[in-house]
Amino acid sequence: MPRRTMIEAIRDAMDVSMERDSKVVVFGEDVGFFGGVFRVTHGLQAKYGKSRCFDAPINESGIVGSAIGMAAYGLKPCVEIQFADYMYPAYDQLTQEAARLRYRSNGDFTCPIVVRMPTGGGIFGGQTHSQSPEALFTHVSGLKTVVPSNPHDAKGLLIAAIEDPDPVIFLEPKRLYNGPFDGHHDRPVTPWSKHELGEVADGHYTVPLGKAAIRRAGSAVTVLAYGTMVYVAQAAAAETGIDAEIIDLRTLLPLDLDTIVASVRKTGRCVIVHEATLTSGFGAELSALVQENCFYHLEAPVARVAGWDTPYPHAQEWEYFPGPARVGRALIETLEA
Amino acid sequence: MLRFHVPEPEVRPGGTPDFSNVTIAGAGSVPRPEIDVDPRTIRDMAFSIIRVLNRDGEAVGPWAGLLSSEELLVGLRNMMTLRTFDARMQMAQRQGKTSFYMQHLGEEAVSCAFRKALAPGDMNFPTYRQAGLLIADGYPMVTMMNQIYSNEADPLKGRQLPIMYSSKEHGFFSISGNLATQYIQAVGWAMASAISNDSRIAAAWIGDGSTAESDFHSALVFASTYKAPVVLNVVNNQWAISTFQGIARGGSGTFAARGLGFGIPSLRVDGNDYLAVHAVAKWAAERARNNLGPTLVEYVTYRAGAHSSSDDPSAYRPKTESDAWPLGDPVMRLKNHLIKLGVWSDERHAQAEAEILDTVIAAQKEAESHGTLHAGGKPSTREMFEGVFAEMPPHLRRQRQQAGV
Repeated sequence: MPRRTMIEAIRDAMDVSMERDSKVVVFGEDVGFFGGVFRVTHGLQAKYGKSRCFDAPINESGIVGSAIGMAAYGLKPCVEIQFADYMYPAYDQLTQEAARLRYRSNGDFTCPIVVRMPTGGGIFGGQTHSQSPEALFTHVSGLKTVVPSNPHDAKGLLIAAIEDPDPVIFLEPKRLYNGPFDGHHDRPVTPWSKHELGEVADGHYTVPLGKAAIRRAGSAVTVLAYGTMVYVAQAAAAETGIDAEIIDLRTLLPLDLDTIVASVRKTGRCVIVHEATLTSGFGAELSALVQENCFYHLEAPVARVAGWDTPYPHAQEWEYFPGPARVGRALIETLEA
Repeated sequence: MLRFHVPEPEVRPGGTPDFSNVTIAGAGSVPRPEIDVDPRTIRDMAFSIIRVLNRDGEAVGPWAGLLSSEELLVGLRNMMTLRTFDARMQMAQRQGKTSFYMQHLGEEAVSCAFRKALAPGDMNFPTYRQAGLLIADGYPMVTMMNQIYSNEADPLKGRQLPIMYSSKEHGFFSISGNLATQYIQAVGWAMASAISNDSRIAAAWIGDGSTAESDFHSALVFASTYKAPVVLNVVNNQWAISTFQGIARGGSGTFAARGLGFGIPSLRVDGNDYLAVHAVAKWAAERARNNLGPTLVEYVTYRAGAHSSSDDPSAYRPKTESDAWPLGDPVMRLKNHLIKLGVWSDERHAQAEAEILDTVIAAQKEAESHGTLHAGGKPSTREMFEGVFAEMPPHLRRQRQQAGV
């Protein structure tokens, strides 16, 4: 099976979708001729023409707002916001319009759009190239939120998102674009060509939205993670020797609660890990759900390891980013509690 | 020393209404260019006002002559229907049959005449003050009232505030409470039609106040960049709740002039002149349909009624200001024109008023048989959980069960 980077896998997902369905259009800032600042849309305009893949003015509200209009017409726009940090001007269109169109019109109009956004830190991106705003989307009724962690899932989830009849926020951890990253920034990066999840089948396949994946089966503690933190959690489990069960959520909403609950009832312990800031982050929702559904099985308080409640700093990148040492400490403390 | 500038309307409550600063071109004085005109050559049209009906009720000039007297009689009836509908629903709100209503008083010509310039399949992206688009397209009044009453027959299942209609079938996009959002969506719809090599066009709608929203700018940029087949309508009714239009307009002279910087042909039209509104709308629609790109149209009118059923205009403007409005009343002006044509009379007008009132009351009775907001039938609680997504996800199913439905 061919191996692809996450960039190539996401591009392949759009290529496959555009090939299969002439209603799929791709646009955003620098997305057309140049092929995107991360090269994710490279070659699509040459292959499908400017009517299907084109550059947009620097106006996030315009990009999402026009995509909503296109979806109301009957197209399936898959648009890009250059960095998740720059989605805020489009937040009104996403939360008040895209998310509610089906509900408020009783299905008279619908909004099958996908909004792709590179997300997450670990790249010395500072305050506006590192944010993880997923909780700002999971709090909105009517949006689906997806965060892939590897090329295989990225392709299958993106095709599923494009085919989904509802608006999907597709957050791409840019730290994972070229290879998995476990938080050991002082070590060489492994490319996806050396990782089994870099195997990406040709052609059409989907990974269903709303289904988590168990990355490491274990019995001592359940770790709930997504995006880059999946690899950090794996490193932490290996380095502490703790038999953790690591769940990659893949879709935050709809959430695969069944897989989470089955795991925590088995292990009796739960550590939640995300890059985003702690307070009111998605981890709070996860923690509450675990407490509500697994209270009589819990042997220890549910722990959260997250970014600090500060803007994402530049020089202090590795003190901010929740690396394997911090996650490892949380695993040990949860086992000893 | 610097001094801070805050624009103020000329007159406040207690003062004498004064529109002497409003420059109004004579009927028939503004030329009608070809639809493929070079936008740079008609920049002055953004500062004038296209008018057809003169003081004597005659249709004059190059924008006249597009509508037959039969079509004008239909237009008059639609405007009268909207006005009667408004009056009944405003009363229904006062009687507690619904929570909220917004009238179109004085602005009936804008949406009623515009609708007749579109073709089947075209899509409007309206604000909350263009119900004339529905009336003029034959959308059932009973259905509108069912929505206003949030009753068991409400097509939107009680999920939406009154008057936030939606009808894809009638080319009327779902109304949102968030101002200006639909303006850029209209441009996107038009872009999609062009991408699909279709022939349908879109119409965007916004009020004077909401042009200050950033999505107004987004829409103009996208429409200009992609030459989208869209008519960009600005309804300048002088007031954004209590705020006079000068706060949004600033020093730009007119709202139409905003389009000039984007290279978009921009026209100003007498919004109380049914014939002028229709003629200009037709011109802009033909431009769009012939792939000549967007047109911005500013309709100069006056919000004669309160902003909404929750508003009292006497707190911020003179009570008689609407009487002093120099462009008059759209219903009266078309009525006088039709009398001048010899196809209408005061007697027939009074008779039509009575007939329309009967029709609206009959529709109201039928709607009320399905319930009003606090009495009679209402949408099921189960409907509250439906339609958030195409398929109900597990967490919503759990919540629906918790709610006992």
